Amino acid sequence: MTRTVTDVICPFCGTLCDDLEVVVSDDGKELLEVYNACAIGAEKFLHSQAKDRITRPRMRQEDGSWKEISYDEAIEYTARMLTDAKKPLMYGWSSTNCEAQAVGSEIGEVVGAVMDNTATVCHGTSLIAVQDIGIPSCTLGEVKNRADRILFWGCNPAHAHPRHMSRYSIFPRGFFTGKGHTGRKVIVVDPRPTDTASVADVHLQVEQGRDYELLNAFRVAFKGEQLPDVVAGIPKEKIYEAAETLKSGRFVIIFFGMGVTQSLGKNHNIDEAIAVTRDLNEYTKAAIMPMRGHYNVTGSGQVWGWLFGFPYAVDLSRGFARYNPGETTSNDLLRRDEVDAVFVLGSDPGAHFPFSSVKKIYDRPSVAIDPHETPTTEVCKVHVPVAFVGVEVGGCAYRMDNVPIETRKVVEPPEGMMTDEEFLKHVLARVKEIQGE
Amino acid sequence: MAIRVNLITGRTIQQGVSMEAGKEKPAYTTACGIIELDPADFKKLGAFRNTNVRVTSKYGSVIVKAVEATQGPHPGVAYIPMGPWANMVVNPNTYSTGMPTFKGTPVEVEVAKNEPVLGSLELVRKGCRGELA
Repeated sequence: MTRTVTDVICPFCGTLCDDLEVVVSDDGKELLEVYNACAIGAEKFLHSQAKDRITRPRMRQEDGSWKEISYDEAIEYTARMLTDAKKPLMYGWSSTNCEAQAVGSEIGEVVGAVMDNTATVCHGTSLIAVQDIGIPSCTLGEVKNRADRILFWGCNPAHAHPRHMSRYSIFPRGFFTGKGHTGRKVIVVDPRPTDTASVADVHLQVEQGRDYELLNAFRVAFKGEQLPDVVAGIPKEKIYEAAETLKSGRFVIIFFGMGVTQSLGKNHNIDEAIAVTRDLNEYTKAAIMPMRGHYNVTGSGQVWGWLFGFPYAVDLSRGFARYNPGETTSNDLLRRDEVDAVFVLGSDPGAHFPFSSVKKIYDRPSVAIDPHETPTTEVCKVHVPVAFVGVEVGGCAYRMDNVPIETRKVVEPPEGMMTDEEFLKHVLARVKEIQGE
Repeated sequence: MAIRVNLITGRTIQQGVSMEAGKEKPAYTTACGIIELDPADFKKLGAFRNTNVRVTSKYGSVIVKAVEATQGPHPGVAYIPMGPWANMVVNPNTYSTGMPTFKGTPVEVEVAKNEPVLGSLELVRKGCRGELA
């Protein structure tokens, strides 16, 4: 017999869909089917059942091959590495639960580490902008129930957040948006005619890297002032028209993504996008929200917010929390050779950092905690596989609109496997022992 | 014959699915070891679709397969899905923001028919050991 687990939370992206149904075998060991998830979310659940999954820690040998080690040995190596280092980097934290993040933060505090999460290569610049000028935001529930003007700026949810449009932004019928997508006007700003743009009413094909100009032009257009004939590749008539569409809405939501955070201008692009939102509030109700990637990157920002006062790039090496993006951020630290050990949990810098930074991880003592085999595990000295959070262990995660949601355990992890939280607790205990010696 | 284009990187659904299915698997290379070019740029390059090309920037070089952009047209703009292949050539400078410049790197693309596209683990391993051409 099989049984169906309902209301399962998807641990892939920041949309944190909460309506999945997963069919598991009667003994709770095998996961058979996943319903309601997007292609990526379903793959995440099913991959936990991979037959070739690595279930024991392993250490890289001199000749490049792997040797299986025990969890105890892995804990010892990690604790020694962190206590021996003058300034270790503890990076990742976005694909695990808040409970593990809290334990990890305590380790960071005790060993004097730099704590950084994946926002550093994702929405870090958004966080800088928010600290500069604040953010008028809302929840995804409000978007679903109220928003009749949707602006996607530099993001492509059709590919990166596949169910976002159907659950919250374009298609759903809400309390005040009973007509679904026919009652909404959708504008997409992107240098490519993306699949998201193809379902929009208007696509503004901005010249790559010229978002700031176009955002600024919107602010001019709201006030009815004069624009040059073409701004950032867009004829002024289209800008005036789009500005009018936004002003005439009852509730405007601006979603923005890597198109603005990773192009030149970076935090200043988002400053301007927030200013556009503020200006719109002169005419109607408007809110803005970053499209967060990892399912719990928002949560790690929350945890560090309440523990240290800063959402990412927290340098604890002087015994108190310092925060200075550009200095205490992972890629800058690695580029300047300022860290002497690297600990990675719940992310994959090997695949997602510029290669020059990956090489620096390879050159240092390093540990990767990850259920998968990844480019990061390939360059680290020790790889510790753990249970999948959201599949094999529950725990708190924060959705992109800062709403905390409790993820669910669906199946048992392979026998003898630790969770992130358990592993970190053991490391913390061992670190304290070593420091007491 | 080499062409110069502006490179952007980012997610695709194939990148997401293959990433979750295992980055060591060939499907990940198929999904991310590619460069999406506009038909106009293919014409300038003088190459057939699905030809291996070498992409070179000021910061590095990588072999990927050139495919026609599915989300186009966007002449002058090329796209490599986020992953180790893109990260071989992106601009790592953060300009004091912490954020590498993943979008908007000027690159040169030239045909490299006989050179293989490496798998993600092999690419990173060889890169770290200095074994890449």
